[in-house]
Amino acid sequence: MSLKGAGYIVGAWEHPTRKATDKSVTLLHAECAKGALDDAGLTKDDVDAYYCAGDAPGLGPMSMIDYMGLKVRHMDSTDVGGSSYQVAVGHALQAIATGRANVALITLAGRPRSEGMATGTAPRAGSPAQAEMQFEYPFGPATANMYAMCAMRHMHEYGTTSEQLAWIKVAASHHAQHNPHAMLRDVVTVEDVVNSPMVASPLHRLDCCVISDGGGALIVTRPEIAKSLKRPLVKVIGVGEAPKNQMGGEVDLTYSAARWSGPPAWEMAGIKPSDIKYASIYDSFTITVLMQLEDLGFCAKGEGGKFVMDGNLISGVGKLPFNTDGGGLCSNHPANRGGITKIIEAVRQLRGEAHTAVQVPNCDLAIAHGTGGSLGTRHVGSTVILERE
Amino acid sequence: MSFVQRKIPFVGTVDTNPETKPFFDGCAAGKLVIPQCVDTGKFIWYPRGISPFTLGPVEWKEVSGKGTIYTYSVMERANPPYCIAYVTLAEGPKMMTNIVDIDFKDIKIGMAVKLKFIDTENGPPMPFFAPA
Repeated sequence: MSLKGAGYIVGAWEHPTRKATDKSVTLLHAECAKGALDDAGLTKDDVDAYYCAGDAPGLGPMSMIDYMGLKVRHMDSTDVGGSSYQVAVGHALQAIATGRANVALITLAGRPRSEGMATGTAPRAGSPAQAEMQFEYPFGPATANMYAMCAMRHMHEYGTTSEQLAWIKVAASHHAQHNPHAMLRDVVTVEDVVNSPMVASPLHRLDCCVISDGGGALIVTRPEIAKSLKRPLVKVIGVGEAPKNQMGGEVDLTYSAARWSGPPAWEMAGIKPSDIKYASIYDSFTITVLMQLEDLGFCAKGEGGKFVMDGNLISGVGKLPFNTDGGGLCSNHPANRGGITKIIEAVRQLRGEAHTAVQVPNCDLAIAHGTGGSLGTRHVGSTVILERE
Repeated sequence: MSFVQRKIPFVGTVDTNPETKPFFDGCAAGKLVIPQCVDTGKFIWYPRGISPFTLGPVEWKEVSGKGTIYTYSVMERANPPYCIAYVTLAEGPKMMTNIVDIDFKDIKIGMAVKLKFIDTENGPPMPFFAPA
């Protein structure tokens, strides 16, 4: 059974906050839920399926379901980091297609900025029962140096340069200047990026995403309900998910899990990368974007550096407008997880509700791809392809 | 910049995952002992008691401690800075480690490196790599 068109995204809402010192994580989740339901024209009593991930406090989905007073018949709390929300859209489609859900609510929220979290540079000790922990934690794996090792190898194998990576931040900054909620609204140059302080070589401070509080939510529903609402119709036409890891020591850091999550999504959608008008691409770091663009087929492996140069990702300038809200690199990376905001901006573009300065004309096909976990060790890629009906 | 050795943390104890004892026994004796998949002959990183290639048995073998740098990154924001890396062992697998005893600007992908055990703060010695 193909899931193509089994569900529509009828509600999409991003919390405007970027620093929430006066709110709990649970309240942020619930405000996002309300925002997405209002956007869809539905109420909480319409929700019969709930999806969240590790950013939701409590055991799986239970505490948030209790807190928000939901009564559901399907739930899923698959936690694969920042791409959990793309995975949730795919899982919601499965539930809808098999009659187990009518209206699925997906939420994300967190407040790492208020909590003073050194997201990218501090190694985090997990449980030593996590099989790899004792063999990695002593060596200081943080987030930044894991992605940096991918960048270093990409540069070695393909001649990718820091200046090419910088173009990704430059493009994001061109978009963020129009987003009043973005954390970094100043347009930056390639020189600004490569001259910013080195964090984990070869990644500079401006190669990294922001640390922000906030969140977002989505409502996915079946076609009959979507068509009864007053919102533009955004149909889910392709989904894919795949893990990639160290493969027993056969480590290859030149590609991401998008190489495996993309093909089933493209096949389901029946379209190819050149058909895409707008791309939301996970941007924890500049290298994340470059590798995913290659692995999703927007350019050949190793050609990502050339592909992103000269403003090719800037709306109205280049061939592939990306992250027109400013993305994680400039606008928002709530809970250190950027997956849901990728889907939200893709929905805005398909509805024609993006900022006029960045709105892609006749935007009818969009992709929202996430990478959760660590590109340098183990991660999950998840792809969602959307069509304006 | 001259190399400054940071303090090395460890999490849990050598008994946390009992089947990895041969690795930690090796570390205590200054030997790098890692699992080899009995079915395929492939060496495995990180250490575990079952083969990720076949879910078949493993044998624990001492390896040469010779390798080359596959990739690396110097965490300049840390104090002192340190260089994380994947080293490709002569026997095949790539393992996460740190490159030590070197001016970081001299580190290159492909560089030959050799094993050096360094004590952790609250655990066993662990395998690091220095220029060969």
